[in-house]
This record gives sequence, C-alpha cells and structure tokens, in this order.
Amino acid sequence: MKQFIYFIKKEFIHIFRDTKSLIILFALPIIQIILFGFALTNEIKNVNFAVYDNSKSDTSLRLINKIDATDYFTLHKYLNNPDDIEAILQSNKVKFVLVIDEDFSRLYPHEKQGDIQLLLDASDPNIATNIRGYLQNIITTFSEEEFPLSEQLHLATTKMYYNPELKSVYLFIPGLMAFILTLISAFMTSITLTKEKELGNMEILLISPLKPYQIIIGKVIPYALLSMINIANILLLGTFVFGMPLQGSLLLLLLESILFLLNSLSLGILISSFTSSRQVAMMVALAGLLLPTMLLSGFMFPINNMPLPLQYFSKIVPATHYIIILKGIMIKGVGLQYLYKETLILALLTIFFIIISIKKFNVRLDK
Amino acid sequence: MITVNNLTKKFGKFTAVDEISFEVPKGEIFGFLGANGAGKTTAIKMLCGLSKPTSGSANIAGYDLLSQVEQVKLNIGYMSQKFSLYDDLTISENIDFYGGLYRLKGNELKQKKEKIVQELGLNNQRNALVGFLPLGWKQKLAFSVATIHDPKILFLDEPTSGVDPITRRKFWEIIIATANQGITIFVTTHYLDEAEYCDRISIMVNGKIIALDSPANLKQQLNVSTTAEIFAQLTR
Repeated sequence: MKQFIYFIKKEFIHIFRDTKSLIILFALPIIQIILFGFALTNEIKNVNFAVYDNSKSDTSLRLINKIDATDYFTLHKYLNNPDDIEAILQSNKVKFVLVIDEDFSRLYPHEKQGDIQLLLDASDPNIATNIRGYLQNIITTFSEEEFPLSEQLHLATTKMYYNPELKSVYLFIPGLMAFILTLISAFMTSITLTKEKELGNMEILLISPLKPYQIIIGKVIPYALLSMINIANILLLGTFVFGMPLQGSLLLLLLESILFLLNSLSLGILISSFTSSRQVAMMVALAGLLLPTMLLSGFMFPINNMPLPLQYFSKIVPATHYIIILKGIMIKGVGLQYLYKETLILALLTIFFIIISIKKFNVRLDK
Repeated sequence: MITVNNLTKKFGKFTAVDEISFEVPKGEIFGFLGANGAGKTTAIKMLCGLSKPTSGSANIAGYDLLSQVEQVKLNIGYMSQKFSLYDDLTISENIDFYGGLYRLKGNELKQKKEKIVQELGLNNQRNALVGFLPLGWKQKLAFSVATIHDPKILFLDEPTSGVDPITRRKFWEIIIATANQGITIFVTTHYLDEAEYCDRISIMVNGKIIALDSPANLKQQLNVSTTAEIFAQLTR
C-alpha cells in the first residue's frame, strides 16, 4: 500500500511540474466555460435593427418601442428612403429591417397580411431563424394587447418547455462536462501511460513488486481526482454565473459523472495499450474521442439532423448518453427511472472497454 | 543463485527461447550474448517475471520463478539502456520513488539516500532535476537506484549502449565492485570487448545457448584471440 502512495505522489509531481498539463487541467476548462458562456452563442442579444415606418402612427410607434424595449433587439435607425434598406443590411449595421405599411394602424384589425414586412439578413441562418421566432412572438402578443376584440386569427402560440428562454447555457454546460471529462480522463491518461512506455520506465515498473493493475490505477487516480474537481468547477460556474438549473438530484448527477469518468479512463487505458508513442496516442485520442465528443454527441449539432450512419455512430459515443443523462437531471429534473436506458448503455460500454484493455494489456505483457 | 531448466517461450509456432538451461553462482558476472533477435530479451523478461514461460522452470535468488514471482521481484534489480530515472523529478525524489517501490521503510530510505548522494558526490545537487545531469552521472545514479533495495541479482540489459568508452569503462568498474560485494550480475551487451569483463559468457543463437564458458576457455577452444572472434565464429 505504501509503495502505491509513493507512486501516486510521483504522478502528482509530474503533473504539477509540467506547465502544459497544468494549463490543460485547470485553465482550459474555465476558459472554455467562459468562451461558450459569453462569446460562442447562438442566443439573440441586443441585435440591431432598422425601421422604415410608412404609417408613422401611434400604433406603429408602440410596436417599435415594444420591440426595442426587449433585451433581444435594439433600434439602430429610422430609415426614410426605401433605397436605404438594402444598403444598411449590406453594411452589417443591422440584422433586419422592419417595413411598416402606410395603412398599418387603420387596417390592422381587419387585414391579415402584408402589414409588416420583415427583411432579414440570413447569412447566418441559425440566428435569422431565431430572430424571426422571437419577433413573431412579440408581434403576436402585441396584436393581442392592441386589438383584443379583433376577429383576427392568432397564430397558435408556442410554449417552450424546460428551457423557456432558449438559453444556450442549457446545452453547453452538459456538453462541456462531457468534453472536459473526456479530455482529462481519456486524453491525459492515455498520454501519461504512453509516456512511461515511450521512455522505457514501464519495464522498470513492471519488474518492480508493483502489480500491473496497481501501476494503472496509480497512474489514473490523479487524473480521476482532477476530473472531479473540474466537474465541481463547471457545475459551480454553470449554476452561479450562467444560471444553469439543477432540478434533479445532485447525488445522481455525481454518480452518473463517476460512471462516465470510469468510461473515459478505460478508454484512455485502451488507447495507451495499443500505442507506444505520445504523438500517436494524442492523435488517436483526438480523432477517436475528442472530436466525436464535440461533434457527434449532440453537444454542437443535433443528432437528429445527422445522416443516418452518423446517427448510429453517435449511439456508441459515450458522451451522447452522458449528455442526455445530464440534461435529464439538470433541466428536466427526472430521476433514474427515466434515465436507466442511457445509464445501462454507459455501464455496458464501460465494462466492454475495461475488458478489452485488460486483454490488450496482458497480451502486450507477454511479448 | 540462478538455476534455469529447459526454459522455453513460444509465440504461436515461433520458438523464441528453446529449452535453455544454465546456472549462475553467487557473485558471478554472467554475460548473456547473442545477436539481435536471438531471444536474449525474451529470456531476460522471463527471468525477471515479466513474461510467463511456455514450459520449463527456473529458480531465481532462492525462489521459484513460477510460484513465487513476488519474492523474485523483491530480490532482483533491473537496469536497461533506457535510463529508468524521471527527468522531471529531482535526484532526491527519484531515489524516494524507487525506494518506495521496493518497500524501503522511512529510516532505511533516508540512510540509503544519504549514502547514494555522498558516494556520487551529488550532495549539493540533490534537489536538482535529473534531466539536467550529464549522461555519465545519470547512468551512475540509475545504477545506484537499481540496487537501492540490495537485490541478490542485478539484471543489466545493455546498460552501456550509447555511452562513450571512458564512461563505459568506469561503469564496468562499478559493476565489478558490485559483484565483489556478492551481488550476482546478469548482463547483456553488444559490445563484445565488454565480454572480457565477464566471469563467464553464454552465446545465444536462434533461441538456443550454443556456448557457455569463461571467455578465456572459449578463446582457447576456438583458437581465437578476442571475444569478437568467438562471436563471429559461433554465429556465422
């Protein structure tokens, strides 16, 4: 047992003496949260718009004020000439232009079409779709308030369950947790294990009285601990700074995270068992783990929009299931009875990876 | 100290080590020679308990290789051409780590550490990173660390490859001094002149030991004047 403690101590010295690994372990997760939280977002916030108001009525003014008063949109300019519309869209100063009909206020209650025209800069289609959705809601509410007795058919209003404000933080916190656990537990573990092999120290360790499983557990424990610290960091930052909810059980969340952690560690060990240089391990972990976790797990892109083969592939990306579990617990507040399927898949994947890595490791020992 | 009986290792149909048998008495420097691919590394791996023999048996330092691997491991030391030290750990930390691996107690470890840094004259550099040491010092330190638990047998796998002739010579002086303290040395090398330092040498070809005697006797038998010629004659 004592020799085991010396082993773990040595591993921590390696970590704390290497600036690069320190940055990956501590700075990167926080930088990513801040980047995703503040910068890389599809959310609509203070989007500039212009108005070409032909009616110049009280009603149109009230509508413009109402739109301007939201956090989403800011009135940039009134246009006086229809020729300016395209110019201002091209100049990128505004994302959309509202054109209000001359007879807007008079005819509004009776007419059903053509009262307001929305000209959108759709060079970023996601943002354009979002803007249209938000505007639609505002205008529907407005017409309900202004003309309560009108016979106008209202659009069926949409109610957003679980994420009424469509905040992207709800998506990126679970995604980031999966990504960071994969990065630290799988990526860093595979590199640190391969490093021992590459430098020839693995032989010495195997010849020592340490048992092979002790070597692996000893190498892996520091990264497991640091991963847990990072999970705590992300959760704290996510809930307190970005307002991520935690509706369900924290205990369940932590247990599921430990399951995913074990999964990542076993993948890291697996990669190290068939690579013998750090470069190769890094490339394999990058292409085989980090990219799928980013791109194919539903973190960045919705799985339903992927071509069918990729949808099947996403099922064997462990992060896919972990993200579903996290969203279930944090946003919907559901318990294990709704998440047993994902948990089971994650557990089976973990056992599968552990068995392969043990087999691989033994075969390698025998050569 | 080492008794090997018909030790064999097969990988599928390929026989890497083919029924080798030999004995090495206490305090002997035993040179284990052979061309690349002759089965040296596989044989050493089996003797160190890293790889399971397909058949045959061996007794290492008084323990059975098959049933008492843990005792065997506690009583042997190992050093290879790749230095076993961690460059990003200090001299002191490296000693602590290997001492800890071999279950040295706190006080014992302290005394050992003092002894090593004093003997190597590294007292003032004990908190320096090993990565900054010159190659020769690193090698000496690696040797001291490999013997930190007073093993009965020391396995040296090409310990001097890539080292300049003067350092090699000095290194052999340390090896000989260690053998004189009663530690059995089992060494592989591909510098044939180094075979002269060995009490006995064995030459391995295609998984079999085809010659085993003192360098002088072998030279006489084959009527040659250097160990290099022995090797050339036997492996032709």
